[in-house]
Parts: sequence; structure tokens; C-alpha cells
Amino acid sequence: MFEGPQSFAPIIPEIILAIGAMVLLMYGAFRAPSENLGRDVGWFAILLFALTLGYLVLQPASSSFLFHDAFVVDRFARFMKVLVLVGASVALLLSFDYFARAKLMWFEIPVLMVLAVVGMMVMISSNDLITLYVGLELQSLALYVLAAIRRNDLRSSEAGLKYFVLGALSSGMLLYGMSMIYGFAGATGFQKIATAASAGDAGANIGLIIGLVFLLVGLAFKISAVPFHMWTPDVYEGAPTPVTAFFAGAPKVAAMALLVRVLVQAFPGNVSEWQQIIVFLSIMSMLIGAFAAIGQTNIKRLMAYSSIGHIGFALVGLASGSNDGLEAVVIYLAIYMVMTLGAFACILAMRRKDGMVESIDQLAGLSQSNLSMAFLFAMLLFSMAGIPPLAGFFAKFYVFAAAVKAELYPLAVIGVIASVVAAFYYLRIIKVMFFDEASEPFQPAEPYVRFVMWAAGVFVLAYVVVPAPLIDAASAAVRSLRFAPTP
Amino acid sequence: MNIVSAPILSIVTFLPLLGVLIIAFLSREADNNNARFAALWTSLVTFGVSLLLWINFDTQNPDFQFVESANWLGPIRYKMGVDGISMLFIILTTFLVPLCILASWDSIKTRVREYMIAFLVLETLMIGVFSALDLVLFYLFFEGGLIPMFLIIGVWGGERRVYASFKFFLYTLLGSVLMLLAVMAIYSTTGTTDIPTLLKTPLPGDLQWWLWLAFFASFAVKVPMWPLHTWLPDAHVEAPTAGSVILAGILLKMGGYGFLRFSLPMFPLASQTFAPLVFTLSVIAIIYTSLVALAQKDIKKLIAYSSVAHMGFVTMGIFTATVQGIDGAIFQMLSHGLVSAALFLCVGVIYDRMHTREIAAFGGLADTMPVYAACFMVFTMANVGLPGTSGFVGEFLTLLAAFKVNTWVAALATTGVVLSAAYALWLYRRVMFGSLDKPALAKLKDINLREMTVLVPLVVLVIYFGVYPAPVLDVTARAVTQLVENYQLAVGAAASVAP
Repeated sequence: MFEGPQSFAPIIPEIILAIGAMVLLMYGAFRAPSENLGRDVGWFAILLFALTLGYLVLQPASSSFLFHDAFVVDRFARFMKVLVLVGASVALLLSFDYFARAKLMWFEIPVLMVLAVVGMMVMISSNDLITLYVGLELQSLALYVLAAIRRNDLRSSEAGLKYFVLGALSSGMLLYGMSMIYGFAGATGFQKIATAASAGDAGANIGLIIGLVFLLVGLAFKISAVPFHMWTPDVYEGAPTPVTAFFAGAPKVAAMALLVRVLVQAFPGNVSEWQQIIVFLSIMSMLIGAFAAIGQTNIKRLMAYSSIGHIGFALVGLASGSNDGLEAVVIYLAIYMVMTLGAFACILAMRRKDGMVESIDQLAGLSQSNLSMAFLFAMLLFSMAGIPPLAGFFAKFYVFAAAVKAELYPLAVIGVIASVVAAFYYLRIIKVMFFDEASEPFQPAEPYVRFVMWAAGVFVLAYVVVPAPLIDAASAAVRSLRFAPTP
Repeated sequence: MNIVSAPILSIVTFLPLLGVLIIAFLSREADNNNARFAALWTSLVTFGVSLLLWINFDTQNPDFQFVESANWLGPIRYKMGVDGISMLFIILTTFLVPLCILASWDSIKTRVREYMIAFLVLETLMIGVFSALDLVLFYLFFEGGLIPMFLIIGVWGGERRVYASFKFFLYTLLGSVLMLLAVMAIYSTTGTTDIPTLLKTPLPGDLQWWLWLAFFASFAVKVPMWPLHTWLPDAHVEAPTAGSVILAGILLKMGGYGFLRFSLPMFPLASQTFAPLVFTLSVIAIIYTSLVALAQKDIKKLIAYSSVAHMGFVTMGIFTATVQGIDGAIFQMLSHGLVSAALFLCVGVIYDRMHTREIAAFGGLADTMPVYAACFMVFTMANVGLPGTSGFVGEFLTLLAAFKVNTWVAALATTGVVLSAAYALWLYRRVMFGSLDKPALAKLKDINLREMTVLVPLVVLVIYFGVYPAPVLDVTARAVTQLVENYQLAVGAAASVAP
């Protein structure tokens, strides 16, 4: 059982973060309350994220399995963890000034974020249903609290409660599916499930497939794929904006990574079964995401539908089931995360003397009062719409290329048409910023917000010049997924 | 110094971006004239460098020249090059952009820096479209042009600019995403998106059908062909003058160029099958939009409809798949690029003075603005296709080619020539002749030096190419001959296989 200390090396990032979270919690609890406490803890959390990120990048390229194959660290896991860490750090960075202004900069916020990130990293590395569930719940519980962190605010409490109730429901489904799978496969490890699923007789297989369906429903809740998306707009709108920025990035990436791993490693022989489900989820998400966003007036709600749509596009890659498709998913998630964080930085810059504004109309004539912000926001939106030569185009290009290669033509055609519909509502925001008459200018954005905006904008614009590194990393990550474990 | 070894094509393509950087770093408080001059000089230098391309171009070589290739996206490479067909369009682009900037000198008063930046970015993307030798790269430039054009129409346009810009953007995008799927299908079938390789790779016949239709969706919107043309009048009317010029002069030509570069040589069998469809749509476009043009009250709208009609000759000529027809189509595109651009510039001249485009608001301008009236006359005649102007050569060649392929098509299309004479001359009579009974018009000044600088080169070229079309036809000759030979080979091979 005892594997020696050196074999814990791959899991050190999670250990650092978990211990770090506890230390920060103690530090916050026993330190005399002061103005700067929350911010200090926040910087420590970012430092922890940075340390972990550095460690992950420097680790050797090979895959390692721990705890009787319950936990895996391969290139895919490392890539996704890097994304999660970047997403969390940036969201934390964006939150400082917002919470300071709202007199809400409690030290619990960074601690909860660190705990959520530990959960996500465990999810990404899980190679066993139990690990999967532990990671998922650790993440979710931290997120419920974060959504309701403005406890005196009605909308925030409502968001937290809704998120919790629906999240609990989805966890229930997930558990039910897992128990079915365990019942029919006789194991919880992904590789053993894979063996059982491909070798078992027809009766056992049907049980497994039903379990898989429930598992997919549970995970579809987490990635907010239609028809399990209802909570997303309310939670996005109700949660404090930096928390929404966090929700839109890291947890989506982690849940998508988990979905990919479960399907590819636990059910590699059942592609034809799960493919139909993914195709359905994908088409519905793309269409609902595109059409429902048209009528939105609140930019955070609009971003919620936009993220639903983006998940639909990412699922197109997964639906194709090929290595190309998975690569496309990885690329899509990376680019999606940068775009989303950039867009939320822009939303956080929508601030007047009397507080934040969230209505799209408030952006009117932004190009006249603050051209650089309008330009960057427009580039991010064009990128989300998938217009070349911006980064978002390449994300869409790869998923659809994979779908075409897998001969999923109807999916590809519906997808590109949905992307045209989606372009309409992105254009509407650009229209408000550029074509409409100027309204009162916003307060100048804080340095961190401006930094994130610029970084994301430059990434989106310059990606076309050097696209190769991301693609190479994604392809290496995906290739590591297909390795069978050492028996 | 060996000019051929320098990446001259990339330099021409991305030179305008240098101007963008210069303008972006001009301080905001600086005089707007700085931005104007920076843009003008950038575009003039770009034109100068593009002339180097023209001079060094080997007209005897049917293959792509000035080819550059670099690693980009794995199997999708950054590859640029020109042949006789694209050469012309690049020159046309670099020639028209300085004129547009000059034409916008006084008429654009707000957000001048942003306007100039948008125009220069657009120039880069337009040159890129004509020089890309990779399908994905081509798509990148082709679609990327939507962003600056959307902003040009939407920010600096007329009253209904929002409607027009959205319509323009979404129409074009919808067509293009279908083409993108076709590009992906080509990529997954052949494993390459390299255009010179694909031109030599025969694709399976039934796949060609679908690919042809997908490419058609994109290019037919862009050309535009009836019934997908409805975005054009709106976009033209609402765009600022220079926007209309670029739209008519270059953006529409991308559709025709696409048919020539992709549809005809890559999908010859499908092209043959669908040629009757294209002929039908072209003939409807020529007759129907000419009739619609007759009924217009707005000068820009009239010219916009006449553009659709003239582009009908282009599509007709291309799908005759004969040397004459394609030569004619290319010439017609070049001529239309000059003539419609010039007509929009002329409308801009009086719009700047009167702030209306209503035909009824004018009359008798020939008295107060004689030089202007003379220029307008040349362009009107060229628009009608009078022998001795560039408009004649293209129409004549395409009709000749169509006559050999299908007499009915040619006969019906010829009526379009008559109709074009009707609306163009009628427009001229209502605006220029008649009595000068509107008091506001009596005080109008004739065109100034700047406007003269814009219009005179166009007058000279329209007449020069009308009298002596050889320079253009020489450049395209080898490329067109090769295109037609390959097409005949492919169609012949398929016919001999079939029983």
C-alpha cells in the first residue's frame, strides 16, 4: 500500500494547494481583522497558484498513476490544470478592486477559490469514479458559497441557492449513474470500466449505458449544456461579477476535461452510444445559446448564454470522438477561457460614479469616450463570434474540421449556422459601442482590470501570428490520453 | 539587388499595417490631417511597391510567381503568390485605396484616425485575398475584411447604417461559413489546403457537387448574384463614399475571383453541371436589376443595381469556361472596378456639396459644373459600354463567348446592354441637363484640385483600356489559357469515362 514518498511527486500541486488553503484559513481567522487582510490572503493565493503552475510546467512529460490508478497525472491533466490555475488567478486578480469597493474583500473569498481549484485539479486528474466525485463535490461546495458571497444581496443569495439546489440534484444523478456503473462493471476505476464495457455481455452493457447516461446528465449540469443549463443565466447574473468571471472560466474547463476523460478512458468502446448524446447536447447548446442570447439586455446574462453556446461548440469536437476532435476541444477551451476572462475584465470596467452597471445600453458610444477599451472589447467579441483572423476563429475551425472529418455533416452545418446567429448578438454589442451616440463615460478602469483586458485582447489579435505552440501542446496533451495504464 | 528574392508580396500585403501603427501612435489631439497624410502616403507607397510586382511579373509564365511559403499551422502553410489573374486585382486594389483616402479627405470629419486605420486594415485584407495560396489563409483574409467594412458602414454611414451594416455582415458571414465547411471537407479528403496542389488534384465527382454549392453560397453573396443581392443596395447607399467605392471596386470582385480561382478549376465537373443555373441567374440579374435601376430615385441605389447587372456579365462570362468568356469577365471586373468606383466618387462629389442623393434634387448641373459633367459623361458612357471605353471590351467579349455557348443567354443578356443605356443616360439627363431652376444648385462650385486628382486618373484609364486593352489581356492570357485547358481536360476525361 505504501508507495514511498517519492511517488507522491505528481500530486504535490494538490497537496500544496490544500495545505495552503488551510494555512490561509487559519491565518485569516487568527489575524486581527484589518482593511488589507482579504487582499493579503488573495495575493498569497495567487502566489500559491503561481508556484503550483510552475511546478506543473516543470514536471516530466510522462504519465504517472497514483493510489492504485485512482489518480492520474498525464500531459492532458497538466495542460488542463494550467488552464484552471490561470483562470483562477486572473479571476482573483480581477476581484480585488471590485470587492474592496463593495467592502466585501473577506479573506474567505480567496480561500474558497483555492479550495475550488483543488477540487478542479482532482477532477481533472481523476481516473476513478470515487476520485471524480470527491473532486467534483469539493469544487461545487466552494462554488455554491462563492455565488452567495454577497449575503445581503437578494440576487446573490438567490443565485447561491439555485446553484446549490440544482447542483445537488445533478450530483444525485451523477451518483446514481456511478452506482449503476459500479453495479454492472464491478469496478470504479476507468480502465476496469472500459474493459467491462467492451467485453461484457449485452445485458451488462445496457446497464452500463444507462449508468453512463446518468453520469452524462450530471456532468452536463456542470458544463451547463442544454437542456441542463437553466441555472446558468441566473447564477451568472446574481453572483458578484468577479465570481462570475471565475465561474465562466476554470470550472467549465475542469468539468469539460473530466467529461473528456470519462468518455475517452472509461467508455472508449462505446463511442457510438455516447456520441449521439453529445451530438444532441451540442446542437441544443449551440442553438439555445445563440437564440436565447439575442433578447438579453443584461451583459452578464448574455455572457451566460454565450458560454452555453461556446460549450456547445466545444462539444462538437468531443462528438467527433477522434484525436483531432479532442485536440480541438482542448484548443477551444484554452481560447475560450482567454476570451471570457478578457470579456469579463471589460464588464468589470463598466463602472460609473454610483456603482457598476450591467445593461448593454450603458456601453453606448464607448468608442468615443474610451476607444482602447471599446476596441479591445470589440476584438474579444468578434473573436467569440469566430471571425478571422482572431483567435476565436481558430477555435471554431478546429472543432468543425474535426466534425467534418468524422462525417458529422449535419452537426457541422447546424453549428456554423448557429455561429452566424450568435454573431448577431455579439455585433449588437459592438453596434452599441461604436454606432450609438455617446453616453456618460465610465470611471477609469483599475490597473489589474486594464491589464487583463489588454493581455486577452493582444492574445486574441496576435494568436494568428504564432498559432503553433498551443496546437502542439494540445496535440501532445491528447495523445497522452489514449495511453493504456500499466497493468 | 535581386527584387524577386525579397518577400515582396508579403511586403505589399502588410505595408498598410505599418501605416496603421503610425496612425495609432499619433497623439489623439494631433491634427486630423496627420492621420490623413499618413494614410495617403502609406497607400501610395503600397501602390508603388505593387507596381514593382507588376514590372517584374513574367507574363509568359502561367504558374504562380513571387511564391512565399512559411510554417504556420502544421499542414496549413502561410503561402502567398500571384498569377496573371490575381496580379490585376492586386494592382486595382492598391490603385483604388489612395483615391478613396483622397475622396474621404473632407467628407470624413469625425473619428478620422479610426477611419483611416479601418481603411488601411481593409487594404491589407483585400490584397491578402488575392495573393493567398492556401485555402485557410484565403478564408482568413476573405472573412477578416468584414470587420473593417462593418465598422466603416456602421460608424461613418448614413441614416440606416445599422441595418445596412448588419445585413452586409450577416449575409456575407452566412455564405462564407458554408464555404468554410467545404474547405474543411477538402482538407479532410485530400489532406492539404495548398491551392496550387489542389488545382492539380481531381476531386471525386459527387463531392464536387457539394463543394461547388458551398463555395457558390459564399461567392454568389459576394458578387452578388440575383436573388442574393439585396444587401448590396443597402450597403452601398448607407456606406460613406469611399466605402461604396471599395465595395463596388474590390469587394464584389472577390466573388468573381473566387469563381475563377476555386469553383471553375477545382470543381470542373460540378461547374459544367451548374453552368446553366449560373447563366439563368446571371441573365435574370442583368435584366431584372437593370429594370429595377430604372425605377430608382436615389443615385447611389441606381448605381448599386447597375453593379449587380454588370456583375451578371462577369458570372456569365466565367461559366462559359472559354478563353474569351473568362478574358471578358476579368476585363469586365477591372472595368467595373474603375467605372463604378468612379461613379460613386462622382456621387460623393455632389453629395458633399448638397447632402442629398435624390435624383430629383438635381438638374442642370452641366451649367455650373462643366468639368464635373464631362467626367461624369465619360463614366456614364463606360457604364453603358460604349465602344472606346473600357466597359465595352468586357461586355463584348462575354457576350461573344456566351453566344457560342448558348444563343438564348447571349440574346437575353444583350437586352441588358440596352437597358443599361436607358437608365444611365436617363440618370445623366436628369442630373446634368435640363434647366437650372433650383437656386441652391446655381451656387455650386466645380470640382476642386483634390477631386480632380481623384477623377482624372480614372478618366484616363477608362479611355485607355477602352482603346487599347492589350496590357490587361496580356497579363492574364497565360493564366486563363491554362485554366481553360485544364478545365477542358478534366471535363473531357470525365466524359470519356462515362459511357
